[in-house]
Amino acid sequence: MAEDIASGAIGGTVADPPRPPDSRRPAPREVVPLRHPGRWIAATIALLCCGFALHSVLTNPNFDWPFVARYFASGAVLDGLVVTLWLTVVTVVVGFVLGTVLAVMRVSRNPVLSSLSWGYVWLFRSTPLLVQLLFWFNIGALYPTLSIGIPFGPTLQTIDMVNLIGPTAAAVIGLVLHEAAYAAEIVRGGLLSVDQGQTEAAQALGLSPWRTFRRVVLPQAMRSIVPAAGNMLIGTLKGTSMVSVLAVEDLLYTVQLVYNRNYRIIPLLLVATLWYVIVTSLLSVVQYYVERFYARGALRQLPPTPVQRLRSRWRAVLAAPRRPAPSGRDDP
Amino acid sequence: MNETAPLMVRARGVVKNFGAVPVLRGVDLDVHAGEVTCVIGPSGSGKSTLLRCLNHLEKIDAGEIEIDGRLIGYRRHRGRLHELKESAIARRRAEIGMVFQGFNLFPHMTVLDNLVEAPIAVRGRSRADAERTAAELLARVGLTGREQAYPRQLSGGQQQRIAIARALAVEPKLMLFDEPTSALDPELVGEVLAVMRDLAASGMTMVVVTHEMSFAKQVADTVVLLDDGEVVESGPPQRVLVDPEQPRTRAFLSRVQVDR
Ligand SMILES: Nc1ncnc2c1ncn2[C@@H]1O[C@H](COP(=O)(O)OP(=O)(O)OP(=O)(O)O)[C@@H](O)[C@H]1O
Ligand SMILES: [Mg+2]
Repeated sequence: MAEDIASGAIGGTVADPPRPPDSRRPAPREVVPLRHPGRWIAATIALLCCGFALHSVLTNPNFDWPFVARYFASGAVLDGLVVTLWLTVVTVVVGFVLGTVLAVMRVSRNPVLSSLSWGYVWLFRSTPLLVQLLFWFNIGALYPTLSIGIPFGPTLQTIDMVNLIGPTAAAVIGLVLHEAAYAAEIVRGGLLSVDQGQTEAAQALGLSPWRTFRRVVLPQAMRSIVPAAGNMLIGTLKGTSMVSVLAVEDLLYTVQLVYNRNYRIIPLLLVATLWYVIVTSLLSVVQYYVERFYARGALRQLPPTPVQRLRSRWRAVLAAPRRPAPSGRDDP
Repeated sequence: MNETAPLMVRARGVVKNFGAVPVLRGVDLDVHAGEVTCVIGPSGSGKSTLLRCLNHLEKIDAGEIEIDGRLIGYRRHRGRLHELKESAIARRRAEIGMVFQGFNLFPHMTVLDNLVEAPIAVRGRSRADAERTAAELLARVGLTGREQAYPRQLSGGQQQRIAIARALAVEPKLMLFDEPTSALDPELVGEVLAVMRDLAASGMTMVVVTHEMSFAKQVADTVVLLDDGEVVESGPPQRVLVDPEQPRTRAFLSRVQVDR
């Protein structure tokens, strides 16, 4: 409605060529913009500070960039990166599956399930991840053997716990159980954010409870789950570095092994840092598009992605090669 | 009107309490097949609650409700009522369409997906088949061609017409409307009421909670006045709305007709 009026008023000049109704580029006018000298000064100071910092990082020989470059893609570091990545994926995927089950238990009408879920989250959120990892690593001290058999009946087989739960298994168990507690809260928050009327409408249509959950409630809950889960995913990526205390050869532990041999601590930590930054940045991009996917229907019109914006600006540049540069604000 | 038609809704002594607060205190309601019944009454009198009891969105505390001759939510066995399983209740609910004051369309699905979801899931129709029905229903509510829109891209009146089409897609025997036009701007009310008029004319059995007195007067076969959880008066609109017997009905009508 408002758009029609706006485009009608602007497109109304006789000289204007006909335009598609949704193009809202204002007709060129002579406007002398307000000057902001304060902004320029503040920006200059900030840029100067950044410049000094960058200069010192690049020229301080102790950073030893050539050395960083040599190790950046070395086999050992890449192996460590792979361990970090698969630990992250397993932790997040299994953690969120478990977390969703816990969240559904928590909101269910069964008081036993609901209390169990509450207790789980309470327990696993109130102990540090590091303690949980060490606990699982040392579970052998608590239960030296694992017996497989019929409960209260004969034992079929007995296995040593130490053989069963090595460092990697302890790391996976510890990370997943800890993740599940947080994921449960994230998913529960998402489920609560969905209007009750949605469930009622689905019920009134005769949809089964499972179908209602899968098709109506969960997709809408995803809209508030995804940003929190993206945060959590990035936290988990970095959190996996804690498994280096169990001597699991993840990214951090790998560079530690290397610098324990050659004492080039800072450059090797930089190698690990760069990889963490790169993977985190990629994850942020993925999160942006996943969020967009679940925003379908929630907004009247999705805003263009940065890529779309660049492309439309590029097309505008191609279309008007000899026009003076557009002033400041541009069409969306 | 049509006293010989079978009863589609038969409610007897329906009682509903929220905690210690009685909201329905023994409501009787008969709706014959093909009839339109309008339920009117002051705010908080239990109109929405009664409607929600009819499709078992709320469990009742006493009395019984039969839809098309079968108990809703329960099964009678050797003189005792047994609660039905969720899946059985869901199958019964598919026979009862419901339209809400707030539309409650699924915002993450396109109009088309809103319309085919239940026919596919509940009636086991093929997607192509369900889409054909959806197109017919869209034509019926005057929204042909809006299949790919998302609900939030439509006006309130359009959304409510989609909601009506969505309920009809499951081929219900009975339609319940809970103040379907109360959330709409005045200029959008007419288009929704027009769809409901068509529906009534096509012979659908309808129970409509409404504040639209002119709609009740023109379309209803029976008007029921609910006050404080009780049926105060019920009968043809000409009597209940024009020449009521009960003082409480008169008091209510004088209040709603002042702002009209
Ligand atoms: N879930 C609930 N829990 C507790 N009380 C409720 C609940 N739902 C409704 N009530 C109460 O029951 C009474 C009747 O509510 P109901 O929604 O049926 O009224 P109504 O006639 O539909 O009113 P309105 O015209 O405002 O929609 C109100 O006093 C309300 O506060
Ligand atoms: Mg109501």
